Amino acid sequence: MADNPQSDPVDPSRRRFLKTSGTTAAVGVISAYLPPHASSAVEPTGESEVNRPTIEGAVPITLRINGKDHKLNIDPRTTLLDCIRETVTLTGTKKGCDHGQCGACTVHVDGKRVLSCLNLALMHDGHEITTIEGLGTPDALHPMQKAFLDYDGYQCGYCTSGQIMSAVALLKEPCGPDDASVKELMSGNICRCGAYANIVAAIQQARKRA
Amino acid sequence: MHTFEFIRPPDPAAAIAAAAKAKTAQQGADVRFMGGGTTLIDLMKLNVETPNRVLDINRLPLDKIETTADGGLKIGATARNSDLAYHATVQRDYSVLSQAILQGASAQIRNMATVAGNLLQRTRCVYFRDTAMPCNKREPGTGCPAITGHNRTLAILGASEQCVATNPSDMCVALAALDAVVHIQSPKGSRAVAFGDFHLLPGSTPQRETVLESGDLITHVTLPPPIRGSKQLYLKLRDRASYEFALASAAVVLTISSGNITRARIALGGVGTKPWRSPEAEAALTGKPATGATFRQAADAALQAAKPQSENRFKIELAKRCLTHALRTAAA
Repeated sequence: MADNPQSDPVDPSRRRFLKTSGTTAAVGVISAYLPPHASSAVEPTGESEVNRPTIEGAVPITLRINGKDHKLNIDPRTTLLDCIRETVTLTGTKKGCDHGQCGACTVHVDGKRVLSCLNLALMHDGHEITTIEGLGTPDALHPMQKAFLDYDGYQCGYCTSGQIMSAVALLKEPCGPDDASVKELMSGNICRCGAYANIVAAIQQARKRA
Repeated sequence: MHTFEFIRPPDPAAAIAAAAKAKTAQQGADVRFMGGGTTLIDLMKLNVETPNRVLDINRLPLDKIETTADGGLKIGATARNSDLAYHATVQRDYSVLSQAILQGASAQIRNMATVAGNLLQRTRCVYFRDTAMPCNKREPGTGCPAITGHNRTLAILGASEQCVATNPSDMCVALAALDAVVHIQSPKGSRAVAFGDFHLLPGSTPQRETVLESGDLITHVTLPPPIRGSKQLYLKLRDRASYEFALASAAVVLTISSGNITRARIALGGVGTKPWRSPEAEAALTGKPATGATFRQAADAALQAAKPQSENRFKIELAKRCLTHALRTAAA
């Protein structure tokens, strides 16, 4: 992507990047691995109700995600993470370790950050769930998303949505002004590339603007 | 993950009645209460926990934190760790509890994890978590590979020939030092259990970790009135600066008058098979001058019964220095 956000217009959509950077072969490969019902993940349409085959033992539930109600029929074993990614096909939330050790799956439930991999979807009817898709749009970024771009708070980007969801929640938590306090409250989000210094800088900038 | 029925009982009585049908409330329970899910869902994914029924108790009215008539504190079973740690009364009067919680897990997990769930947190012993391995705690009678295997992080206090697993909780270490009481409701009625009696030593039945029986629902935890003027500290030593379990930790509640220690409550974490209250250290401190020599004697007393595993002899000295440093810092 753009090396210098100051001189280069930044397209924050990684998926659009894949489609426009000449790597059409890569897009073909990715599409081949997506189930047909997940096509909305490639081309966001805002419509994510999907028809799925009947699942034995499935339970009906309405989940409110990013301000929209989703009427779903899900296996009780479905974690909130798998429900968001596979059933509702909002793939911005990432699965890292799936055991509460990495923070990649961080979402907000009623405004508080939680790990969606260690929650069952069935626990969350009536809750307001927010994912990275509900934070901002490519045309109207959340200030924290903008700060991550400005400060290059990522390399591969896999942990980034979790980092940003944590960082946005941190804005409302008791957190000292110094970098050490930010690092402590961000310690549940692991970045394997090691972009920590830039992540802390991005968060501190967003806190100053907030 | 095994299949299960997801049930949301309308009130505590219904939850207790549903849980009373379980064969056990210990390892292998076929009915489980679901709080934050941070331990249970993790272990269900590993097939270490395989309940047939999951009872979601998150919407029961058990999440209040309030002052009791005697000036103590009543903490609801489903109060979140973060709500407890940031509660103004806890930060002012029971700061060792706030410190312990905030040094455990991550901000996300603290927002999810409940107080009762933390009382039932399971060990991080790698053999317990891996169903391909023998483990006396998970499958009684299969053996303990940790005794001759990877045991660097495991217990040096309270272990048996059957099990050397460490209790991983930080919150419980502070609750042990604060003389907390666990309140339990069951089909037979309600009862109160002193914190030191709630967790069991592994002995020959490491699958039994607490006094809980089928149908027992922890409703709340109480703390006695705060010790005015006490100095409180939780010190945690670990392999990385944050988001890591303790190799050794110390919860210290000290009252000092004219340079002498008039009252001491001491508990250790990361070293015991249960949250480790140390009456030996308390006896070595009480009535003595608050000096470095006294603190070191107390640490020696606390670890006198320690027996290292093959990989963790270092923990004895680490725990001693941890307690000594915590006492010195608290007294300063």
